Amino acid sequence: MTETTIQVRINHVPHTLATGATLADAVACAAITPPFAAAVNLQFVPRGNYAAYVLVNNDRVELVAPITGG
Amino acid sequence: MTLHTPPNDVLTLYGETFNSRLMLGTSRYPSPHVLLEAVRVSAPAMLTASLRRQTGSGGEVSQSFWSLLGQANVPMLPNTAGCHSLQEAITTAEMAREVFETDWIKLELIGDDYTLQPDTVNLPAAASALIKAGFKVLPYTTDDLVLCQRLVDVGCQAVMPWAAPIGTGKGPINPYALRTLRERLDVPMIIDAGLGLPSHACQVMEWGYDAVLLNTAVALAQDPVVMARAFANAVLAGRAAFLSGAMQSQDNAQPSTPVLGTPFWHHT
Repeated sequence: MTETTIQVRINHVPHTLATGATLADAVACAAITPPFAAAVNLQFVPRGNYAAYVLVNNDRVELVAPITGG
Repeated sequence: MTLHTPPNDVLTLYGETFNSRLMLGTSRYPSPHVLLEAVRVSAPAMLTASLRRQTGSGGEVSQSFWSLLGQANVPMLPNTAGCHSLQEAITTAEMAREVFETDWIKLELIGDDYTLQPDTVNLPAAASALIKAGFKVLPYTTDDLVLCQRLVDVGCQAVMPWAAPIGTGKGPINPYALRTLRERLDVPMIIDAGLGLPSHACQVMEWGYDAVLLNTAVALAQDPVVMARAFANAVLAGRAAFLSGAMQSQDNAQPSTPVLGTPFWHHT
């Protein structure tokens, strides 16, 4: 039987997404505002690839934004 | 009083020129307005910034900071602060390149959380990987001569040795190492971290360092704007002193006023 959902972590918070969900779906789920960048399982994913990047169970998504730094 | 950079004395990094030899961090200021004013009075060559997970109200903070960077209109130098592995550093740099739209990266690869000492064993490999990926890498490093040489060997066109651990404000804790490093390496070198006073910045510039990068010393001053200006002037003074060629110190006193014709001269 095929699972209809997957479990992913977005910025370390557990989320349930539909099977076949893409990184674009994860970004929408996180309601993050630009500018930001994304990585999945510690690998950078360019902005233009979000819609084509299909997530799988237990993927770890990081969405980061500019902040002060030294 | 306003000091000026000597004509044609520009800082050149990876073929790009900068009119300022001061780089400023953007963290720990009492307010965004104070940060912006500190930037305005010190006119830094670059501003450092970072990336963090955006969660909840963090989005507003990030948006506000992004807007401020636009107002500052200074080239950005994103960092890889907090990275402990080569892959973390590479991924963070790639994300920073997309967000900040720049190839510049301040490579921080932390080896010890207590001292924030760089991972000196893996730093050259990380720098090499980033350079191959097209980044202009400014590596935060210790004052170890051989390590800095290895960083140059893998393609770093500048290195950034610490004066002291990040945020300590102690100033140059190992003058011998820093002066030796300056004498031995012929690439632009930027003192990054550990400066606390304008005199520290002036000192390392007098030794021939090409620029300084600092944050806490300005941000945590009681008046960060005045301190930012003081650092900017100290950097200019130190640079001018280096270019002017300092006298040699000596053990014996020598009168600066002519002795010949001294009235009431006495013989002992």
